Amino acid sequence: MFKKMSPASRRYTLRLAVLMSLYVALLSAASWLFRNHPPQGVLAYALAILPAVPVIAVFWAVMRFIVEETDEFMRLLLVRQCLFASGFSIAVMTVWEFLQTFDLVPPGNGGFGVFFFWAMGLGLGALFNKVTMGTAGSC
Amino acid sequence: MKNRLRVLRAIREWSQQDLAEKLGVSRQSVNAIETGKYDPSLPLAFRIADVFELTIEEIFERD
Repeated sequence: MFKKMSPASRRYTLRLAVLMSLYVALLSAASWLFRNHPPQGVLAYALAILPAVPVIAVFWAVMRFIVEETDEFMRLLLVRQCLFASGFSIAVMTVWEFLQTFDLVPPGNGGFGVFFFWAMGLGLGALFNKVTMGTAGSC
Repeated sequence: MKNRLRVLRAIREWSQQDLAEKLGVSRQSVNAIETGKYDPSLPLAFRIADVFELTIEEIFERD
């Protein structure tokens, strides 16, 4: 399957695997440190932000995929998927925030932040592509 | 946009995969163009015309 992918798709898959591994490692390290040796001051902020870096880099990887994919139809599917994911995640978070504003749901997000819903939106976007364009795309 | 890709492919006994390889795109792209789900860009339309040794107008026509 990996062989059938376009070069851009292979690069994206590798980048995603590295970034997700880095995310798990940094999140585990930050959680362990906050539990056992809570950092103070600026260091605490830096450590808390650290797991966000590979997540932000995933957006970079997706954008690079769009730039590097030479098959224009596959690129269109990818752009549609990203737009679907962005709209979906913004809509979910907007509804969630209004529910919080009127105290109908508890504060916080229970670990399900905007990235979770964006990733879910990518999956739904692939489904949307499959239904409307006949193929899910490659992301 | 209508097109004659399926017929032209059949005459040459090319599969969608064969055409995709000649064009340097995915089989899904050829299928999407052939079924009218996707209209190719002008550069890709020229590549398709070159592969079939025809003009763009001989392959694609207005709806």
